[in-house]
Amino acid sequence: MSINYTIHDSYSGAVINCTSEQNVLSAISLDGRCNVLVGCRGGGCGKCRIDVLDGQFECGKMSRRHAPEEAINKGKVLACRLYPRSDLIINTAPDIGK
Amino acid sequence: MKKGIMRPGHVQIRVLDIDEALEHYCGLLGLIEMDRDDQGRVYLKAWTEVDKYSVILTLADDPGMDFMGFKVTDETSLEKLHRDLLDHGVNVDVIPENELVDCGRRLRFISPSGHTFELYVDKKYTGKWGIEELNPEAWPRGLRGMRVQRFDHCLLYGDELDTTLDLFVNVLGFYLTEQVLDDDNSRIAQFLSLSNKAHDIAFIAHPEKGRFHHASFHLETWEDILRAADLISMTNTAIDIGPTRHGLTHGKTIYFFDPSGNRNEVFCGGDYSYPDHPPITWKSDQLGKAIFYHDREINERFLTVLT
Ligand code: FES
Ligand SMILES: [Fe+2]
Repeated sequence: MSINYTIHDSYSGAVINCTSEQNVLSAISLDGRCNVLVGCRGGGCGKCRIDVLDGQFECGKMSRRHAPEEAINKGKVLACRLYPRSDLIINTAPDIGK
Repeated sequence: MKKGIMRPGHVQIRVLDIDEALEHYCGLLGLIEMDRDDQGRVYLKAWTEVDKYSVILTLADDPGMDFMGFKVTDETSLEKLHRDLLDHGVNVDVIPENELVDCGRRLRFISPSGHTFELYVDKKYTGKWGIEELNPEAWPRGLRGMRVQRFDHCLLYGDELDTTLDLFVNVLGFYLTEQVLDDDNSRIAQFLSLSNKAHDIAFIAHPEKGRFHHASFHLETWEDILRAADLISMTNTAIDIGPTRHGLTHGKTIYFFDPSGNRNEVFCGGDYSYPDHPPITWKSDQLGKAIFYHDREINERFLTVLT
């Protein structure tokens, strides 16, 4: 059963719906306001890196080069592999190392 | 000048999940699983290839290309290439036979661009898949997905294009078929061939060494390219661009991604070359058209999305 959550981007102010089954990149890239780059959509290239400031989430497999363990613990994750488990507050500012 | 290197033989690709990768490379592209080894690597071939495998998938936590191997005609040439590499100041590791299943001794070295290459003579001959040796039919039934015909080339991103060109031309016997020159006439893209193909290997200038842009697989016709694009949509596979045509090589193409973010290409047609042809040159102010002939605009993904 997929659950609906909202993703709040503190950078653009956008509030976007995303289900628990949907990767966050596919939700926020449809909304022109977020500053997010769409690359390989496979957790490999690091283009879609965002900050999760608050909320619960799960991640699929991601390249360690672009999402090392320490970064994941700080919420710096690849949006194409990010699945919400609660409402999330994210930051898509351009200076977070894309 | 030919040095006995015949053709691309294999590429080892790192993936984050083997089962997802197999669904992609076998179910979607139509490669055929041939073997597995005790490191968990999976060996795949395309149906027209005569040797046992050309793509090796290996599990890793960082996708990309481990190495690309070229097949050499005979042992004498391999030994000469070994000496020539050492004389050129290149370190060579000798990988014993059967480190890759059913493959002979491999000479491994790193190009100035930071990519790992291998040369070898022997790999088990299994013949084209699914058709008889004698009086062969046009194609085998039972192929899956796009039914790619062969692993064709890789495009790699790295620095030191000039020293890499010197190594590939003067030591390894490739010749330059196509290039992109910037305003100062320095080369920012170089396509190299061992054959009549527009490229067997290509490099694009990039500040980081050793990055992987794509592995490319050959299809016969434009109709096959359209069918491949349909399959990319049906399987909800991440697409990069296409179907379209490149200016460089004039091949008809689609770029898309495997489930670990490695880029693949399927292509057909395009330029042919002989060693007496002067290199086809594009200027960097036309780079958009050189890369994507119809859009005439480069997308940021082409330049920066790498594994
Ligand atoms: S788009 Fe490549 S890692 Fe997310
Ligand atoms: Fe290509």
